[in-house]
Amino acid sequence: MSELTISRRGLLAGSALLLASTALPTIGLAQTPKKGGRLVLAADSEPRNLNPAIVASNGVFFISSKIVETLAEASFDGKDGLEPRLALSWEGAADGLSVTFKLRDGVKWHDGKPFTSADVAFSALQIWKPLQNLGRTVFKDLQAVDTPDDLTAVFKFAKPTPFQLIRNALPALSSVVPKHVYEVGKIEDNPANNAPVGTGPFKFAEYKAGQYYRLTRNDAYWGKDEPYLDEIVYQVLPDRTSAAAALEAEEIQLAAFSAVPLADLDRISKVPGLKVITKGYEGLTYQLVVEINHRRKELSDLKVRQAIAHAIDKDFVVKTIFLGYAATATGPVPKNDPQFYTADVPTYPFDVAKANALLDEAGYKRADDGKRFALKLLPAPYFNETKQFGDYLRQALAAIGIDAEIVNNDSAAHIKAVYTDHAFDLAVGPPVFRGDPAISTTILVQSGIPDGVPFSNQGGYKNPDLDALIAKASETLDSAARTELYKEFQKKVAADLPLINVAEWSFISVASDKVGNIANNPRWAVSSWADTYLES
Amino acid sequence: MTGALTLLRRRLVGSVFVLLIVIIGSFMLLEAAPGDAVDAYIVSTGGDAGMIELLRHRWGLDQSELTRLANYLWALLHLDLGQSVTFSRPIRDIILERLPTTLILMGSATALSFGLGSALGIYAGARPGSFRDRFLSIGSLALYAVPGFWLGLVLIVVFAVDLRWLPIGGIETIASGKIGLARATDIAVHLVLPVSALGFIYLALYLRMMRAGMAEAWRQDFILAARARGLTRRRIVLAHVARNALLPLITMLGLQSAQMLGGSVVIESVFAVPGLGRLAQEAVAGRDTPLLLGIILVSAVLVILINLLVDLAYALLDPRVGAGEAGA
Repeated sequence: MSELTISRRGLLAGSALLLASTALPTIGLAQTPKKGGRLVLAADSEPRNLNPAIVASNGVFFISSKIVETLAEASFDGKDGLEPRLALSWEGAADGLSVTFKLRDGVKWHDGKPFTSADVAFSALQIWKPLQNLGRTVFKDLQAVDTPDDLTAVFKFAKPTPFQLIRNALPALSSVVPKHVYEVGKIEDNPANNAPVGTGPFKFAEYKAGQYYRLTRNDAYWGKDEPYLDEIVYQVLPDRTSAAAALEAEEIQLAAFSAVPLADLDRISKVPGLKVITKGYEGLTYQLVVEINHRRKELSDLKVRQAIAHAIDKDFVVKTIFLGYAATATGPVPKNDPQFYTADVPTYPFDVAKANALLDEAGYKRADDGKRFALKLLPAPYFNETKQFGDYLRQALAAIGIDAEIVNNDSAAHIKAVYTDHAFDLAVGPPVFRGDPAISTTILVQSGIPDGVPFSNQGGYKNPDLDALIAKASETLDSAARTELYKEFQKKVAADLPLINVAEWSFISVASDKVGNIANNPRWAVSSWADTYLES
Repeated sequence: MTGALTLLRRRLVGSVFVLLIVIIGSFMLLEAAPGDAVDAYIVSTGGDAGMIELLRHRWGLDQSELTRLANYLWALLHLDLGQSVTFSRPIRDIILERLPTTLILMGSATALSFGLGSALGIYAGARPGSFRDRFLSIGSLALYAVPGFWLGLVLIVVFAVDLRWLPIGGIETIASGKIGLARATDIAVHLVLPVSALGFIYLALYLRMMRAGMAEAWRQDFILAARARGLTRRRIVLAHVARNALLPLITMLGLQSAQMLGGSVVIESVFAVPGLGRLAQEAVAGRDTPLLLGIILVSAVLVILINLLVDLAYALLDPRVGAGEAGA
């Protein structure tokens, strides 16, 4: 077990015992997985496009990762946190200009055609680089993919690209789709986007809008004896309370991605036959962040930002809002990241007196009514917890004389208000850490990003030092040196507070005791489930 | 018969204007909401400036509002509801897929609340002021006051989780392969809980209306006349008191149908029923203007049709109405 799981579990009090029983790796397990059966689980959203090569998002992976495979998958104990899937090995050249993938032999697409390096080349050049939400950034310098033989793909980059970044991007960004299906017509309009064809352990069978997705066993799967399940059915349950009831009624056997609300977990963990599992999401960490509009005069003052950081009781937030299912944050990289995290950063312990003193020092004295100045606060509506934290932050700010007015919007309106119109002073956002700061973390503080880019620095923050550091890290090829630069990055962010990191959390699964091999990798809910089984 | 035809013709002409106003009004309302379909989409994906621009272009959102409205109306003239942005499928198909579910759910719930409501209303109104009248009036009011989602959840906990008599949600057993009568039975079993939850809420409306109408009718002279003629009490209650109290209920039925067709977002979500209400909610959240307009349009047409039927029923039940329409 890697360090990250232990530290994370230490924080998630109460579930450690339970985890010990479910977290064992597949090999050496006493009971042999049983074949057959239909796993029914709750789904709360219906993605419009199921092609994970175009849309690299958890909502899509949740379903598509069983159908379409990536080159490598995340792993608790594999080298560099990876385990081979379609690629057996990956090697970066010293000059950072190429990466060579050796591919798995004998793999067939669901329509029977053989999988070759041509499919990898096509996916990378025609889809990941030009079309994929995350790939457009990570693979921007990808120039060509050479295919000397059917089982070798050599990625050629126009500029030196850190191998560490490519490696870290593999689990989420490297879904391979069949060239022969996608080379006809416009990729975005291909019918396979709604009925994916892949190499994975399960085939797409049917989708009934508003009801369910059904996947069936791929009998020609390359994994020995895999998959164990005959069918996976995602039942669309839009109401989160009914997901809990469906588990209790044994109509579904699994609710992943916190489909059961935190407040119900205590009760449901006592239901015989059901278990609450906090493991299996280590690679999908969400960060609770206060986004700051530096265009506001008061907020452009570091002392004011420090005061706000001191006014937030992070322990209270973790205990009360997340009911313990989270960890306090120190900076822009989450504590459970095994490669980059450093605790050696300036911290802001909860201290109302100090916060008040800092505001006095900054020259924002309390007026006769006890208020210093007023702010507009926009909590993101995507999670219950972001909304609840908005309410908490308003009270915490009131204690230091800042009068925050909460503005509630639905998702589309919130995205527009914060990232396009900049019509906020403070916002509460849940950015995702994706295993490497260069994928979606540095853009939270980097300057020069066009208006309208979601989950990026739209607060008008500009720090040439930090920008230079980010630029340097993006072209540093040596992994150790690159890691050091990102540690430096964390220190600088924590010191200058372009935003305030409050907490880190991930999702919870509730499953029937009958489901075997749950949570055996850090991105379990979005992995292939080739080894998942049902006991009778 | 000519009366009915005149009514039909006049209604149709009027309806075209009503629909046009409904479409343009809804379009402007949705445009006024901050954020567009791309904003709603990138919530779950993120993306850089180039990708966002590409999406806006592909989904036609870089055109002006007026152009889009004109395009929509032009396509509509050719009976084309357009393409959904959130589902990337033709809107006609999406709506046709959901419409039967909504019609069955809402139709059954309306039948339940109307049938049981008016029956109990007659029972209560037969003796206004009696114990059973008070009991039913208060009981139904209590049901009316209960929030829909709560009633739904209580039904789920009791009948699906504890007793396990009925399925927890959905419209039919997943991939059961059932056809014909077996499938119809399966759907009926799945609909028991949602129909009950919806029907019981609106039951009070019909019950109280029927009861009030009957209490009023008892005081009329013709009841006195009926009594004087020596009719049985049963006959007076059913053929005279109740029949006269029924007319406002029919009006109510027409009005209520509009609400019912919009679907019950709450009940559909709690019971995971794939109906129009949930679709409409998804369309609003996804800022899918053409889809929402399609739903509104289909609902509006159905409401107009139902009200036409109500008017015809009215003419049948109350000869005065038919005569008036024909003479006009």
